[in-house]
Amino acid sequence: MPDDDSKQHEPERSGVSRREFLKISAITVSVPAVVGSSVLQVGGEEVPVYGPGKTPITLTVNGKKYTADLEPRVTLLDALRDHFDLTGAKRVCDRGECGSCTVLLDDRPVYACAVLAIDAQGHTITTVEGITSGDALHPLQHAFVANDAQQCGFCTPGFVMAGYALLQHNPNPNREQVVKALGGNYCRCGTYYGVRGAIGQMTGNKEG
Amino acid sequence: MADYKWPDAQHRTLIGTRQTRVDGPVKVTGRAKYTYDQNPKGLLAGAILRCPHAHAKIVSVDTSAAERMPGVKAVQVLQGPGKEIHWAGDEIVALAAINEGIAEDALRAIKVQYDVLPHFVDDATEPKSAAEETGPFALDDLISMLSNQVPEPQIAATVQKRGLSFPVTDDLVKQMRSFNVGENVIKAMQAAPQKPAESARSPFKKSAANVTGNPDQAFQSAEMASGGLYGVPVITHCCLEAHGVVAHWPDAEHLETQVSTQNVSGIPDQLAQALTGAGINISASNIHNQQQHIGGGFGSKFAADRWSLAAAQLSKKAGGAPVKIMLDRRAELEVAGARPSAYAHVKLAAKKDGTITGWDSQSWGTGGPLGGNMPPLPYIFTEIPNQRKQHIAIATNIGPARAWRAPNHPQAAVLTMCAIDDLAARLGMDPYDVFMKNLALTPRANVYEAELKKADELMQWKKRWHPRGDKTSGPMKQGLGLSIHTWGGRGHQGAGDLTIHPDGTVEYRSGTQDLGTGTRTAIAMVIGETLGLPLDAITVKIGDTNFPHDGGSGGSTTIGAVSSEARRAATDALNQLLAKVAPTLGSPPDQLEALYGTIRVKDTQGKSIKWKKACSMLGATGVTAQGKNPDPSKPPDLTSSGVGGAQMADVSVDIETGIVRVNKIVAVQDCGLIINLKTAESQCYGALIMGISYALYEEKIMDPATGRMLNPNMEFYRLAGYGDIPELVVHMMTGPGYDERGVIGLGEPPVVSPGAAISNAVANAIGVRVPFLPITPDRVLAALQQRPAPPGALRIGGGGAA
Repeated sequence: MPDDDSKQHEPERSGVSRREFLKISAITVSVPAVVGSSVLQVGGEEVPVYGPGKTPITLTVNGKKYTADLEPRVTLLDALRDHFDLTGAKRVCDRGECGSCTVLLDDRPVYACAVLAIDAQGHTITTVEGITSGDALHPLQHAFVANDAQQCGFCTPGFVMAGYALLQHNPNPNREQVVKALGGNYCRCGTYYGVRGAIGQMTGNKEG
Repeated sequence: MADYKWPDAQHRTLIGTRQTRVDGPVKVTGRAKYTYDQNPKGLLAGAILRCPHAHAKIVSVDTSAAERMPGVKAVQVLQGPGKEIHWAGDEIVALAAINEGIAEDALRAIKVQYDVLPHFVDDATEPKSAAEETGPFALDDLISMLSNQVPEPQIAATVQKRGLSFPVTDDLVKQMRSFNVGENVIKAMQAAPQKPAESARSPFKKSAANVTGNPDQAFQSAEMASGGLYGVPVITHCCLEAHGVVAHWPDAEHLETQVSTQNVSGIPDQLAQALTGAGINISASNIHNQQQHIGGGFGSKFAADRWSLAAAQLSKKAGGAPVKIMLDRRAELEVAGARPSAYAHVKLAAKKDGTITGWDSQSWGTGGPLGGNMPPLPYIFTEIPNQRKQHIAIATNIGPARAWRAPNHPQAAVLTMCAIDDLAARLGMDPYDVFMKNLALTPRANVYEAELKKADELMQWKKRWHPRGDKTSGPMKQGLGLSIHTWGGRGHQGAGDLTIHPDGTVEYRSGTQDLGTGTRTAIAMVIGETLGLPLDAITVKIGDTNFPHDGGSGGSTTIGAVSSEARRAATDALNQLLAKVAPTLGSPPDQLEALYGTIRVKDTQGKSIKWKKACSMLGATGVTAQGKNPDPSKPPDLTSSGVGGAQMADVSVDIETGIVRVNKIVAVQDCGLIINLKTAESQCYGALIMGISYALYEEKIMDPATGRMLNPNMEFYRLAGYGDIPELVVHMMTGPGYDERGVIGLGEPPVVSPGAAISNAVANAIGVRVPFLPITPDRVLAALQQRPAPPGALRIGGGGAA
């Protein structure tokens, strides 16, 4: 990476490059724990700094606004589960390995344990609780039930969301595309066969 | 009147059909609440400081800094100075704080000094110099044997021969009876001589050779002898919902718990004992435990465990506030469950026609600090006429073993079925024929014969099988392998209450649990069948100690129990209802039946009364009946024991990369009368996938230098994934000869054979045996080059694959 790293690859919202972040982390040690951000001058630019204390965070989840005062280190998963009681996304590995916490950030499936809540602000978050309409299951959820694609059920919300994201983008995926989309989700009971049936029912492709 | 027996095939409306599980919708919507999902008001985050050393003595524990930290509400030392720690990750201190971040910060402020002791974690290397164990039996030995399901006559004989180094107290006897230990073992212990304990114990415990017939002569006179080395490493349970608990004291005398457990009803007794031992007097009846859903157990979640005790202690110290302790993934993999390893040199003597005449096994393995025991060898072919078996149990600092789905059977299957497959290869015979030839040496020859024939039909084995070593050109080699297995599966002890309310609703309550096997659905099906009602008319309430006590869900004992209990309860309640409505219908109760939502006179048209109307005649309170299993007062026994299964695997191996792909597995399985065909098949699909996982990927890899697990995460502790799943064909043996046996459990048996069948298929493909599971690319390449496989630690370090 060139020393004068351009900002074009960084998310616009944060306005902080990796090099600047390193500088900030040295500075923030002395920032007192207060709610809200403070603004620091870094390299002649104004940079908002959050934490290490709690800061107000607003998330848009399943079309609803949720607010809480959270430390910036709180993950999206923990915010959903512990603060908004949306416990559909499960905490299993807590380090981006198993897929049980899969949610949609805008229309992209992400591991909620690997996203900070503070970074999820301004995005549209969809959890497994959000794809039903009222009490009516989404057709994919129906297909999961019909194909017995759950045993203990702990990985199931993650699979449903990974499958949902796939079908939103690509209603007729081939086998390779399904494997890629669901390859980041692990199940211990061995329900993959039922999941394959569920995806197959949705796409009409039994190879699902 | 309805009776207690199962309805025959032409009278079944629900039993044996494919029914969608009743709790599917709450699971796919995320509404199902697990222990991990509990967020009661005022919840404190519990966390545990764990020992970083595999073997150490605690010198001092200083928690003062942690206790002073703002937000820390309670600190509890679990193991203090002087205590010897036998595995890395063992619990030292627990604390509760207002949030997880503070709890973790506080753990870092605790200072523990250890006297680090030498550790031993190598179980795969053959222990060549182990002396035969002759000294007295320690309590650890006994617990180890019992938890490893060593046959009780063998335990009794060993106890009598070697004596005991511990007293057989009344308390101990009482405890043993509560765990259903046989009277023959207890009697042997009471009669055994008392001897002083041995001071220094080697990690290797060599059992006396177990000899039947004349193995020396059998091998000398054998027309063919073959032998090989086989092994299965320690693997973990890796439950996706970690072990854990939420506990709180609503008042000084009562404890509320939600333990993630396979044993809802059994928790209060265990916790009361543990708490009383820790100085908090409480009776089991004042502990209320519940759990609606559990995120996997597989045999590792029967005990309350030290973290449940810790949560209760911390809550007490924090004024009764709820405390949640869930293990993090590292702890889950390091301490919360491991399957014992098993390795063996196996020799077989045989006639030229494939008839097996002799067995010789020198086996070893570890079940953690207690050593563990020999798997049941020879597996299935128990009647081999001449046998010598000797086992070395290795005490290691790997962490304690827990029952893992079909304890000891998958290991025994690999050690036996792979040896028979190698014999067939030496004889130049199709292993299918060698298995068939020797079925008389198994307990249920006719069942295995039928199952192997069915498997052949589904795999086209006879048409597709080729001699060992795929001779086609190119790097991709294809092969077939097979294995057979068994399990018990009789229903455990337990009870359930069924109430028919005057408004016609039906409610069933039992302290059982649904592990994801479909227990709720099966109960609803049995009740619906008995009362002539649809599934959605039955409310099943389980997972609560306020309901009648039911057994732990392990060893495939749940379905036999809950189906029998529900059948008896529903039958008794229905008979009371029939007696009430008999006058209205003008027929005696024994001429009435419940069918299609009505009570009607048998064999007549028109004389019937709607269910709801019938129930309105019950009076203000309705009727409640309890069903028990077993219940000799209400014959016949509705559950039975002993099943068989045959599996065949088709694999492709890339001999340039060593990568194995499973193309297809066929599983043929019997389990008596099947309640729900759909969830029964799901058990088999799941077991096959779990089998692919431990055959190709899973290994708890220990670092010999530090004594710690090298892959305590889900990146390097690899499970089979979606893309690893081949074509799976499951065929359940049902109908005459099976159905009339009653209901038998299914959780364990289908997970036994995949390892052996896949290993045999790989040998058939590449022409050589890969001795140890998991069959990783580095091991395949090593076997092809006829060199020993490098240890798993190298694989984690990136140096494994050639």
